[in-house]
Amino acid sequence: MSEKIDSTRRKALQITSGALGAVTVGAFAVPFLSAWNPSEKAKAMGAAVKFNLSKLQPGSMAVVEWRRTPIFVVHQTKTAKTNLPKLNQKVTNPALEEGVSRSTNENFTILKGVCTHLSCAPKYYPEIEPKAWDQEWLGGFFCPCHGSKFDLAGRVYKGVPAPTNLEVPPHSFEGETLVIGEEI
Amino acid sequence: MEVQRKGMFSSVMSWVDKRLPLTENLERHLTKHPVPKKVNFFYIFGALLMVIFMVQVVTGIWLMMFYTNTEEGAFASVEYIMRDVEYGWLMRYMHSTGASAFFFLMYFHMFRGLLYGSYQKPKELVWLFGCFLLFLLMAEGFLGYVLPWGQMSYWAANVILSLFGAIPFIGPDLQVWIQGDYVLSGATLSRFFALHVVVVPLLMIALVVFHIFALHEVGAGNPEGVNIEKYRDESGMPLDGAPFHPYKTLSALPAIGVFFIVFFGIVFFAPEGGGYFLEKPNFEEANFLKTPEHIAPVWYYAPFYSILRAITFGIPFLGITSKFLGFIIFAGSIAILFVIPWLDRSKVQSIRYKGVYSKIGMVVFAVSFITLGYLGTKPVNEMRTLLAQICTLLYFLPLILMPIYTKYEKTLEVPERL
Ligand code: HEM
Ligand code: FES
Repeated sequence: MSEKIDSTRRKALQITSGALGAVTVGAFAVPFLSAWNPSEKAKAMGAAVKFNLSKLQPGSMAVVEWRRTPIFVVHQTKTAKTNLPKLNQKVTNPALEEGVSRSTNENFTILKGVCTHLSCAPKYYPEIEPKAWDQEWLGGFFCPCHGSKFDLAGRVYKGVPAPTNLEVPPHSFEGETLVIGEEI
Repeated sequence: MEVQRKGMFSSVMSWVDKRLPLTENLERHLTKHPVPKKVNFFYIFGALLMVIFMVQVVTGIWLMMFYTNTEEGAFASVEYIMRDVEYGWLMRYMHSTGASAFFFLMYFHMFRGLLYGSYQKPKELVWLFGCFLLFLLMAEGFLGYVLPWGQMSYWAANVILSLFGAIPFIGPDLQVWIQGDYVLSGATLSRFFALHVVVVPLLMIALVVFHIFALHEVGAGNPEGVNIEKYRDESGMPLDGAPFHPYKTLSALPAIGVFFIVFFGIVFFAPEGGGYFLEKPNFEEANFLKTPEHIAPVWYYAPFYSILRAITFGIPFLGITSKFLGFIIFAGSIAILFVIPWLDRSKVQSIRYKGVYSKIGMVVFAVSFITLGYLGTKPVNEMRTLLAQICTLLYFLPLILMPIYTKYEKTLEVPERL
C-alpha cells in the first residue's frame, strides 16, 4: 500500500456513496411512514346513517353516531328561532347565508359534535337562564374543556378559544328521515 | 482463601481490561469521579431521577406482561391487572405514582439548575440534553395515560392530538396520520403502546447517558458557583472535591431511603393522589360520544395546559386563530427553557451572588408556574382565565428579560474556594 491516496477520487466516492445512502434511507422511510396512514378498514367506515326525526320534540337534541363522531340533531323551538338573529353581533361569523338554523329545514340544526377548538364534545344547554359562563345565556352549547360557547345553531361566540362555528356534516332530509353522510 | 479469591478477581479484571477499558471507565465515571465537597439538598434529585427511571422500567415491563393493547381489550386488561393478577395493583400503582414522582423530581432538578445557574458555560449541553429529557418525559407520560383507554385517556388525547390539527395547512392531515384513523381509535392506541414501551424509553436512556457523559466531561457544579477545578492536590484531585465513591454514594443512600418511604406511603395509602395522579373519569371506559364534565390534565401538565387555555384570542390580521396561537405559546413555554443558557448573561452562576432583579425574576417565575398549575386543574371561568393570562405573561417575562437584567445588575464577589 505504498500508492498515494487520490483525494479527488476519495471525495467523489464519498459523495456518491453518501447520496446513494440517503436515497436508500429515504426510500425505506416510505413504507414505514405510510404504515401510519389510516388502513383500508378505517377508510371503509364512512357509510351514511339514517335518523327518524318524528320522535324528536322541539327543544330537545339527539346524538347520532356517524363515522364514530357524535352528530347533534337539534329540533329548534320557536323561541330559539326568534332568539338566534339577536346573537348575530355576539358571534364571530354569523353565517347568515346558511339560514337561521344553518340547514335546509329550518326546524332542525345538524352539527358535528366536535368542538372546533380541540375536539371535545360540547354540551347542550338549551335553557334560557344566567350561566356561570354567560349571564345572558340564550341557550346553546358550552364546551367543558376550555370554555368555548356556541349558540343553538352552533355559531361560535366571540372571545372564546374555538375559532370557527361547529361544522355542519353533509346531510339531507327525506320526509321524516334525516340522512347523514352521502348515500352510496 | 481470601487472598486467592482476590487474586482471581483481579486477574479476571486485568484480562478484561486488556480487551475492554472497564476499570478505567468505572473509575472515570463512578468511583474516582471528583464531585464538589459541599452541595445541598437540591443536588440529590439527579440521583433520585435515575432511581425512579429504573422503577418505571421494571414495573412497566411487568405491566406489559398482562396489558392488552387493543381498543376492545385495553380497559378490561387494566381491571384484570388491578383485580386478578397477584400484586398487579402494586405494579400499576407503583407505575402511576412513579410517573408523578418522576415529574416532581424533574421539576425540582430543573429548579436547582435555575437557582444555581447550572446551565451556564460549559454545561449548556448538560442542560440541553436535560430539556430533551423533559420533552420526552412529557411525551412518555401522555402516551402512557392513553393506554388504560378510560374516559380521561380518550378525551385528553383528543385534545392534545387536535393541537397538531391546529397547525396551518398540514395540520389536519398530520393529525390523521398520527392517529392512523379519522378519529382517535384503536389504531392510535396500539401505536401509542409501541411508542410508550419501546421508542421513547430507548431515546430517554440514550439521552441520560449523554446527559451524564457531558456532565462528567465538564465537572459537576455546586450552589456557590465556585469552579473547583482551579485548585488541585498533587494527585490531580480538586482540593474542594471528593471521589464519587464513597463520598456521594453513601450520602445518596439515606436520601433514596427517605424517598422510598414517601413514595410507598403514597402507593399504599393514596395511590390516586386525591384525583390528581389518577383521575376519576378514567375509571370509566372511553366513550367517544360523551366528553367528561370537566377535562383536567394530571397535575404535572397543569401549568402548560393552563397556558394553552389562557390564549382565547388570535391575531386576525395575520390570519392566526386563537387555537393556533394557543399552540404556539404552549410550545413556546417549553421551547424557551432550551435557550436559557444563552439568555443568562450574568458573570456569576449562583443566585446567591446574583443581583436583586435575578432574585425577583426567579420568584415571579416560580410563583406564576405554580399558580398556572393550580388553575390548570380547575374549570374555567372569566376570572380564572384572566389570572391565567397574567400568569402566562409573568412566566415568560423573567426569561425574556433575562439577557438585559443579568447583564446590567450588580453582582456579588464569588469566593475562590468552596
Ligand atoms: C430522566 C431525567 C434526568 C435524569 C435521570 C438526570 C440525571 C442527572 C444526574 C444524575 C445529575 C448529576 C447529579 C445532580 O447534579 O443532581 C444531573 C445533573 C444535571 N441535570 Fe439532570 N437529569 C434528568 C433531567 C434533567 C432535566 C430535565 C434538566 C434541565 C432541563 C437537567 C439538568 C441538569 C443539569 C444542569 C445538571 C448539572 C448540575 C450541576 O452539576 O450543577 N436534568 N442530572
Ligand atoms: S375543546 Fe372545546 S373549548 Fe377547547
